[in-house]
Amino acid sequence: MSSLKVYGKPYSANVTRVLTTLAEKNVDDYKLVPIDLLTGANKTPEYLKLQPFGQIPAFQDGDFTLYESRAIARYISDKYEGQGTALFGKTEREKALVNQWLEVESQNYNPSARKIVFECVFAQILEGRPTNEAVVKEQLEKLGKILDVYEAQLTHHKYLAGDFFSLADLAHIPVTNNLINVAKKGELFSSRKHLNAWWEDISSRPSWQKVLQIIQAGQQQK
Amino acid sequence: MSITLFGTAGSTCTSLVLTTLFEKQVQDFVLKNVNLAKGEHKKPEYLKLQPFGVIPVLQDGDLTIFESRAIARYVSDKYEGQGTPLLGKTEKERALVNQWLEVESQNYYPVVSSIAYQLVFGPRRGLKPDEKVVEQQLEKFEKILDIYEEHLAKNEYLAGNFFSLADLSHIPYTYLLLHQAKKGEGITSRKHVKAWWDKISSRPSWKQLLDLRAQS
Repeated sequence: MSSLKVYGKPYSANVTRVLTTLAEKNVDDYKLVPIDLLTGANKTPEYLKLQPFGQIPAFQDGDFTLYESRAIARYISDKYEGQGTALFGKTEREKALVNQWLEVESQNYNPSARKIVFECVFAQILEGRPTNEAVVKEQLEKLGKILDVYEAQLTHHKYLAGDFFSLADLAHIPVTNNLINVAKKGELFSSRKHLNAWWEDISSRPSWQKVLQIIQAGQQQK
Repeated sequence: MSITLFGTAGSTCTSLVLTTLFEKQVQDFVLKNVNLAKGEHKKPEYLKLQPFGVIPVLQDGDLTIFESRAIARYVSDKYEGQGTPLLGKTEKERALVNQWLEVESQNYYPVVSSIAYQLVFGPRRGLKPDEKVVEQQLEKFEKILDIYEEHLAKNEYLAGNFFSLADLSHIPYTYLLLHQAKKGEGITSRKHVKAWWDKISSRPSWKQLLDLRAQS
């Protein structure tokens, strides 16, 4: 009987970052408790007790509560260290490089990618306004320069932290899926040879394929 | 002596790494100044170390690490056996340190750095502050600080009753907000946030950083 709960909805990249980590560590014995931003379920007093910033996901292991998807992913990687894919490399040096590229995702990639996805996909639904094309243009330029650095890195290494898949690569998957397949900005990737190969590789992992099914099932429930 | 840190004591991000080194009682490193005014961080030799062209970057032997939060983790890990334990002692403590590190990274920092850009960094480049942006960000900041206030009423530090990297990661930008942007009322008007701030900013490691800045 599992003690693990993930609170959120699979349309959220932050939630699927956690679900993909669980899948990568061969953990499927958890409950996904729906918390739908569109109904304001994230602003109820009960939910705010779990996640006081009113964001998804939140996570529980028994009576231990945790939030912030990257922190939850770290917790899962720690707790299930002995099974599934090693997500932080095998040496201290490899771990340091994984942490470096996790921060690159967090500080460079995600802010721009997320803004583009928000403008192109969610601005209408969540704020009832059209896409701000000036913001999209600005962020596409910014992201392009960042992705040039990724292209250079991936020319010499199969994955971001080296020649091994890690949480640093995984952390990029959900937002990149939104960027390419939902916001239709695939050209950012298809125009960069090694970046594109990296995306094809990481997005075809069984863990992400599993989560895609969860996303699709979630869409059908509406 | 294997560690070289490229950056400046005046930079918030470099300061995070320096303060972490001091907190871990690592004095044996070289700080190599990067001349931002002369665009040194955008030159080919620097870009070989840090391809995004920002400071800091750390070299430890043949290992190069960038992103201040990742460097701080590396230092905390490498010097685990000395100085202040910064990442928690148990699985749950570690998880809570990581949670509040992410809260800083995803919630606190974007708002504070936006205000800092408008009021401190932008003006240095001759840009005029956008008062509307400052007002919006300060409103956001108030809501975030309400959550911190409630949390710190029940916990001495962010991850629990122990100082950690999660608290430390807040120091450089909060200091800038208070002393350079002069927008610290949110911090000083909240009883428990103020007490937390006073405690963490009076640690010897931060004082050592400020001394280093004064000398630079």
